[in-house]
Amino acid sequence: MAKVLVLYAHPRPDRSEINQPLFETAKGVQGVTAVDLYAEYPDFDIRVDVEQERLRNHDIIIFQHPFYWYSAPSIMKEWQDLVLEHGFAYGLHGKALVGKSFINVTTAGAKPEAYSADGLNHSDIRSLLAPFEKTADLCGMRFLAPFIMFGAGRALEENRLNVHRNAYDDLLKAMVADRFDLEKAAKAKQISDVLDDFILKGEAV
Amino acid sequence: MELLSDAFVYLCAAVIAVPIANRLGLGSVLGYLIAGVVIGPVLGIVGSETTEVQHFAEFGVVMMLFLVGLELQPAMLWKMRKQLIGLGGLQVLGTTAVFAGAGLAFGLVWQSAVALGMILALSSTAIVLQTLNEKGWLKTEGGQSSFSVLLTQDIAVIPMLAVLPLLAVGHGGGSQGDSHGAGHGGEALASLPGWLQAVVILAVIAAIIVAGRHLMRPVFRFIAESHLREIFTATALLLVIGIALLMDFVGLSPALGTFLAGVVLSDSDYRHELESDIEPFKGLLLGLFFLTVGAGIDFNLLFGAPVTIFGLAIGLIVTKFALLFGLGTIFNLKGADKWLFALGLAQAGEFAFVLFGFALSAGVLEPALLQTLTLVVAISMLLTPALFILYEKVIAPRAVTQSNRPADEIDRKGRIVIAGMGRFGQIVGRLLITSGYDVVILDHDPQTVENLGKVGLKTFYGDATRPDLLHGAGLQDADLFIAALDDRDKQTMVVEHVAKTYTKVRILARARDRHHVYELEQAGAHHAEREVFEGAMTMGRRALIDLGMHPFRARSKAKDFWHHDRAMLDDLRENYNDGGVDKSYIDAMRAHSQTLFEIMRTDHGDEKHERTERGWTPPPKGDATL
Repeated sequence: MAKVLVLYAHPRPDRSEINQPLFETAKGVQGVTAVDLYAEYPDFDIRVDVEQERLRNHDIIIFQHPFYWYSAPSIMKEWQDLVLEHGFAYGLHGKALVGKSFINVTTAGAKPEAYSADGLNHSDIRSLLAPFEKTADLCGMRFLAPFIMFGAGRALEENRLNVHRNAYDDLLKAMVADRFDLEKAAKAKQISDVLDDFILKGEAV
Repeated sequence: MELLSDAFVYLCAAVIAVPIANRLGLGSVLGYLIAGVVIGPVLGIVGSETTEVQHFAEFGVVMMLFLVGLELQPAMLWKMRKQLIGLGGLQVLGTTAVFAGAGLAFGLVWQSAVALGMILALSSTAIVLQTLNEKGWLKTEGGQSSFSVLLTQDIAVIPMLAVLPLLAVGHGGGSQGDSHGAGHGGEALASLPGWLQAVVILAVIAAIIVAGRHLMRPVFRFIAESHLREIFTATALLLVIGIALLMDFVGLSPALGTFLAGVVLSDSDYRHELESDIEPFKGLLLGLFFLTVGAGIDFNLLFGAPVTIFGLAIGLIVTKFALLFGLGTIFNLKGADKWLFALGLAQAGEFAFVLFGFALSAGVLEPALLQTLTLVVAISMLLTPALFILYEKVIAPRAVTQSNRPADEIDRKGRIVIAGMGRFGQIVGRLLITSGYDVVILDHDPQTVENLGKVGLKTFYGDATRPDLLHGAGLQDADLFIAALDDRDKQTMVVEHVAKTYTKVRILARARDRHHVYELEQAGAHHAEREVFEGAMTMGRRALIDLGMHPFRARSKAKDFWHHDRAMLDDLRENYNDGGVDKSYIDAMRAHSQTLFEIMRTDHGDEKHERTERGWTPPPKGDATL
């Protein structure tokens, strides 16, 4: 059984159409610790010890957030700056995170086409997530391909929310049950629409 | 001494019977009636003087209407107009018509039948509102509809008082031969020509409205500023009695006058204080009134024809229930709400006793019939608790699945009472009000009340430590109580009272210092905040900046201190609660101060990098990945 930590950041959860429901889903999965960073630290006073202890106690770290400015909402950057200390997460004696897995669960307003070489952004989303990937690398964590909802601004109208929620539920449950193929996911571009390929069938490991 | 011995008997009966009746869930009105029955027909302690006492006690009705008026802010009436006119109006008119028809069928003359119909259309505000409040049903659809109908009925009493004398057919002059009531008074104007009488009457009414709007405020303020509570009470009584006399003088109903004065003053800052001052007088006088009604019940009549009397009472309830149920259907009440509405209002009310007396002296109804009807009304009221039990135990549980009631309205979530609008309460209050919450403010300083009124904040004058004032402010329906009184002991007292009395209300309290925090928590506050703490933190932070510290650094220093102080507050709680400021407390505090010094001293440049030093700290010199 893997322990999964969802760190969630949305500065206006009351206005969130996708992320908040997804977070509710995460809260409902057994074996998942779901943390709303903006609720826990409304003043940005992140308690470093508490966060580091949480990291030590979990195997898979999920950043769940909307894709703000090709990154995450500011509290997540603050969290990284404070929590991933030298001597804890990196450096000669910083081995606390080695061997753990890291994944971005994110939503992008634009359609998938925008995230391609000839699209609006001229690059795919995985390369735009490079800062997260490099951070994971430096901390010795396995960076998994992101779980993304594109076109999130129209997902409600197009009735895609529930499909995506179910997929997220499947993902989390598979991770907790050790039935998610971490190696394969680390090599993939993204996992959202082909989730079944990464979920191991048959007996749980 | 006769006065004293009478008073002793009446008070004794009330003090014994009312609490017992209340405990049994029958309500105070029934308690008074039963007490009256015991001292009257059963024991025969009181007798002939009851009629005289009753006339005196009728002043309680006048006060009751003043209070009803106080509750009716014009804006609220306007908001409820549909319910009041539609549901309430139809109930009064429909029930009047049905019972008047029944009266005609039994051979009454039409005037008597109409009077009877009007009187029986009323339900018992006292019993129903009290029950709805106690059971927490007032905010349900059924409760709200009941409330609107009761309100309409209370207002309808006024035109009924005016119409009843017009229905006179000459039954009057019986045992109560005086001309009490309608034809009474007005002699002062009798010599004037008709048109001039009308002018005088209109002028008096206009004077009440104008004086209430513009004169009473400064007067109340002047008196409030003197801080003599008994004089404020005296003023309130003077106002009610004065208006009653004035109305009597021009030949109008005193109840109408005080009702009007109540409505005019319902927008005033002094509403709650007036309410809590008049309330006890009203309660006692009305109680006395019900006592005399009970004492006047004719037991020979009841035991002579029990089947007829009980039959009539049950017929009355069944008829009213059927009409209310029909109305509920028309007005889209569903499931349990419709049952609550129809069962709850199916009795006749205390106003019937008042109007019976009035109808008798005006000669509208026969004394013999009234004797019977008084019994019928009393019995229908006695059966009301049974109807509520029927609803609660049988109907509500079954209807739960059917009633697809949407979540409670938003305005329910936001009932906030703030006690004390000084420097602390004002900030909290403004934050909440500007965020769109419904806030009731109490303050005992007339100047503050006045000033807040000028900037458009609704504030009520009064001493928040008075239980009746807290009740008047609606604490029983509130979600949140914010205690921000200046006086340390009063503050603890009010928190303790609210925590004990209103167990559902969440209490946030302002504390003087750390020890007061613990005190307030013991008194029942859910959260206590030290008044100067945050302000002092801001000031300390400013001082660090002025000493040359980078503002962001000053912020994190202050935050470190804040967190440590919070931790200390939690750690010392047990020590304090165990033995106050004793040795163990002081030792624990010393240890904390030591830790705090260590936390705050780091990062002066010369110390080496420590684990306690957190936040945007650069990695060691050289290649950080090593």
